[in-house]
Amino acid sequence: MIKPFRHVGVSNRAGYRSSEEKVRKSPTLVALSYLMALTALAAPLGAQAIPRIPFEKYKLPNGLEVILHEDHSTPIVAVDTWYHVGSGDELPGRTGFAHLFEHIMFMGSQHVPVGAFDQMLEAAGANNNGSTTEDRTNYYETLPSNALPLALWLDADRMGFLLPTMDLPKVNLQRDVVKNERRQRVDNVPYGRASETILAALYPKAHPYSWPVIGSMADLSAASLTDVQNFFKTYYAPNNATIAIAGDFDPATVKKLVQQYFGDIPRGPAVNRRTTVPAVTIPRDTFLVLEDKVQLPRVYYTWHSVKNFAPDDAALDLLAQILANDKNSRLYKKLVYELQTAQSVSAFQNGSRLDGLFRVTVTPKPGQKVADIDKVVRDEIANIIGNGVSQRELQRAQNVFKSGFLDELSSVLGKAEILNNYNYFVGNPDFVQQDVARYNRVTAADIQRVARTYLGKPKIVLTVVPEGKREMMLTSAAGAGGDR
Amino acid sequence: MKHSMVVAIAALPLIALPLLAQGTFDRSKPPELGAPPRVSLPPINTRELPNGLKLMIVEQHELPLADFTLVIGSGGTADPGGKSGVANLTAQMLREGTTSRKSLDIADQSSFLGISLFPQASWESTTLSLHTPTAQLDSALALFADVALHPSFPANEFDRIKKNRLTELLQLRDQGPAIANTAFPAILYGAGHPYGVPLIGTEASVTSLSAADLQSYYQANFKPNNATLIIVGDVNPAQIEQKINSLFGTWQRGNVAPLTYAEPPKASGTTIYLIDKPGAAQSSFRIGSVGVPRSTKDYFALTVMNTILGGSFSSRLNQNLREARGYTYGAASRFDMRRAAGPFTASAEIVSAKSDSALIEFLKELNNIRQTIPADELSRAKRYLQLQLPENFETTRDIAAALVPVALYNLPLDYYNTYVQNVEAVTKADVNRVAQQYINPSSLAIVIVGDRKTIEQALKSTNVGPITIRDISGQPIQ
Repeated sequence: MIKPFRHVGVSNRAGYRSSEEKVRKSPTLVALSYLMALTALAAPLGAQAIPRIPFEKYKLPNGLEVILHEDHSTPIVAVDTWYHVGSGDELPGRTGFAHLFEHIMFMGSQHVPVGAFDQMLEAAGANNNGSTTEDRTNYYETLPSNALPLALWLDADRMGFLLPTMDLPKVNLQRDVVKNERRQRVDNVPYGRASETILAALYPKAHPYSWPVIGSMADLSAASLTDVQNFFKTYYAPNNATIAIAGDFDPATVKKLVQQYFGDIPRGPAVNRRTTVPAVTIPRDTFLVLEDKVQLPRVYYTWHSVKNFAPDDAALDLLAQILANDKNSRLYKKLVYELQTAQSVSAFQNGSRLDGLFRVTVTPKPGQKVADIDKVVRDEIANIIGNGVSQRELQRAQNVFKSGFLDELSSVLGKAEILNNYNYFVGNPDFVQQDVARYNRVTAADIQRVARTYLGKPKIVLTVVPEGKREMMLTSAAGAGGDR
Repeated sequence: MKHSMVVAIAALPLIALPLLAQGTFDRSKPPELGAPPRVSLPPINTRELPNGLKLMIVEQHELPLADFTLVIGSGGTADPGGKSGVANLTAQMLREGTTSRKSLDIADQSSFLGISLFPQASWESTTLSLHTPTAQLDSALALFADVALHPSFPANEFDRIKKNRLTELLQLRDQGPAIANTAFPAILYGAGHPYGVPLIGTEASVTSLSAADLQSYYQANFKPNNATLIIVGDVNPAQIEQKINSLFGTWQRGNVAPLTYAEPPKASGTTIYLIDKPGAAQSSFRIGSVGVPRSTKDYFALTVMNTILGGSFSSRLNQNLREARGYTYGAASRFDMRRAAGPFTASAEIVSAKSDSALIEFLKELNNIRQTIPADELSRAKRYLQLQLPENFETTRDIAAALVPVALYNLPLDYYNTYVQNVEAVTKADVNRVAQQYINPSSLAIVIVGDRKTIEQALKSTNVGPITIRDISGQPIQ
């Protein structure tokens, strides 16, 4: 499933809204025919009610994969290119490189001068961006349907002809931009360094998810022009990419255009990506502290869990919802609503291609002790492990999740992303019904079981504390669980 | 020249289909594009119930979905003096209990139905938005109407919401950009003008509020004759009017006091207001002045001008500060147009070490935009505004959001159908005139939140203006 919080990837540019008429481009629910069946105590909803995304998929001789989906409801089209490379493919000493490279892809190519990429697209009424995750890098445009050839021409040029005009000034410029992106998202943000601190503690050093997508300042400084050239030659070949095109177009015309623009880009060497990761073992609870410029401490509990689409992935998603992501969820209701000792609480299961983690985050209210909050967190998790969850809790979580599912289907860009996502992770672009079925199948007993299996294990506990207040951290001595 | 909805764009030759090469083709030439698609925005049906509630109904039968947005014509500007945050908290409290539903029940039903029910107060309006499958229409609308018409403002729930808000205000101190966003309008408008006071309130105002304050704000402003209900989706106008009438028909009409706005203080000279955020990795820049109301006759000229200055990725501010110099992840500018003149703001998060250089570049761009705009830059901005319009009408939720300003500012019902021609009519002279009139580099408030120790001296040596040190609320340091 595509979840907004799953792609914790780093995108390329901030959005622009020039006036109040440039309304929020919000995802919307589509064709909720399954929801129509909802009554007071409806059984899990039938997967057959979810609309399919009819598609055509084919490959050019050079290995480029193409997925087409027609939707003529609005005269716009989305072009979404995935390269199968992400921060998990980076080499030691070059963290953040996949994302830096993504930025460089907007700096022009042999037939597109610097700056022209955005100018031409904007003059055609298009919006564009890109993003990088641990596993993949995407580049997309949404355009009025007449401008589709422009997007294909630009994307083909940077796929086939990036290096002839590549030079160090381009790399240096985007290096500075990305360092500012890191400052804006991480270093100048309260609690901003929590995530990378946890990753480094949870995963062994050689594990590809042990460093953040944005990378470190030192590694960003070290990236060279040669690195850019090698990375392009290794990963940015047509045989390592998939283009999804969704929206208002004529398939015969588009196929000719794709052939014309991309057909003669030579196939690159076979791409060998890692298929396994070092084992993650956390023998006992590990307590960490990070000082930051914050008013309030915050506690992060992180367990090693499972990768995307693993058998327990969906149940863990629903567990997160039942535990913390709803006003009636266990921890929100107890800590924020009833006791009012916490300001906020959240949880998520984040499964990527090769591995995954589950996290609960709690921010106490001023004057509250993290140890007292911790007791409630432990009790509620123990309660689910011991006594399970109610049918109503499960059903509510499933319904919320399914709404989110269909949000993604509301726009042509959302559909292009979905097609690419399923194609990449499960090899079938139109997997949406089967994916919904994963969530429908989860039982209350499954929730109890995954809580026991994953949240019963030792974990990483990070407390971010105000500078100079290390004594505020949660420790096992403060009664924080330890081995159980 | 008169233009229809779709404007012929001179710079891109119009042909019926993209040229497909026979054999070889010249990769160095961008493809020639066909005519932009003709966009016809669906008609808006208007109705008015006997109690004065206006309806704007747009049929969109593509999917069995509907969006309902109740727009109340009062927001933060209607907060009583000294009680900033009332409109915002009133909106938040709508979901915290009604005469027949408790807070947790409302949340449970929303989640269980898989609908979204979202209240929000802005400066001039309060909106309550429902997104629902039409098969759920009756139960969803019943919940929507109950929350809109029968909120009970329970004291215990407000006590919790209030503590939560006070903690939020405390946490804002951690965030340089948030401090800048609060201080900039406070400095521009002063505490005597509603735009100078935070929508979410201050520690002092929130502490002083009681549930009764919200109740009386609700009683004074939530009147059918002060509201429009926007309905978009798979509905039949006559039938939906009946349903709405049965749910909202008993809502009692009442007088809503007209708002008066103090004149914002006149700016004199350009001043740098420096707010210390020790150790900040970036400096948060907010530069600008009092701008224009939404009713300005210069709306389209300003929109085009701002698109060139800082309203798009290839705008001048972003090209200079990000793409040429790498000082920031992004720079932008905007005119917030409200009932009265909202702020014009140019902004960016700048790496601390380049604070002085960035300030110089900001000023350079604010001066240069007052010079004549090259023709290609002007036409690029106009085409961007014109041609991306369809994207704003892709979903029922998009359309409902697009109609809010139409309802709030009494824009003509064909506003979006004439948008393209109104943009097209903007001339180089218009852009030049509004830039000169509304962007005055010698009279700017420049708010910078950053590490004073390392940036003050450098900012001083730019000689852009005198430096005044302010606290995190934008107030002079005692």
